[in-house]
Amino acid sequence: MPANWWMMKKTYALFIIRELTCIFVGGYALFLLVLVARHDQPQAFVAWLNSPLLIVLQIIALPMVLYHSVTWFNLTPKVMVVWRGEERVSPLLIAGANYVVWAILSIAIFCIVCL
Amino acid sequence: MVRSNEPIWWSLFSAGGVVAAFLMPITIFLTAIAIPAGAISAEDLRQIVGHPLTRLYLFVLISLPMFHWAHRFRYVAVDLGLKNISSILPVVCYGTALVVTLLALFYLVTF
Repeated sequence: MPANWWMMKKTYALFIIRELTCIFVGGYALFLLVLVARHDQPQAFVAWLNSPLLIVLQIIALPMVLYHSVTWFNLTPKVMVVWRGEERVSPLLIAGANYVVWAILSIAIFCIVCL
Repeated sequence: MVRSNEPIWWSLFSAGGVVAAFLMPITIFLTAIAIPAGAISAEDLRQIVGHPLTRLYLFVLISLPMFHWAHRFRYVAVDLGLKNISSILPVVCYGTALVVTLLALFYLVTF
């Protein structure tokens, strides 16, 4: 199979993009590790957070991580089939619950840190 | 019979996927947008990082997403044609995630 097989079809390309989001997820985790390692050097810590290059890299990573979140939440009902008695809980309800929890958590974290 | 480690790696991958999906976008927003926009200073964030709950949060948000990366990357790398290194990829990927986990634990416990 040619190395560019995934460019042949949109669904293949979207699958590969979804899988490649892991590079940004892992990359940001590494960035956090470096930040944590700099915690006892206040100037270095602040410099890392204010570095224009790192801000640009994070802004590139953000849409990729958001794509991970959306694809992950949309897959949840397929992986996790919930039954209420004889009735299957609607996949839309399960995915929707994920989005609600996501919004609440994000707002809560923002408020805790910024207010 | 060959025992498979797959369930362990898959569970860590899955846990990392959940953690990254729920917590990573807002955390990137804070470090990449809220700080440059002046909503919070980098020095204030440094103070917040010292709190025990923040340390726990950061440990979870560093370690599990690394295992998520390791598992996904080892397979997508092969899908994209890196077949000749497919035998060492698991060791490199899961090994990196383990090392990062230990480093995160070390820094978050000691600083």
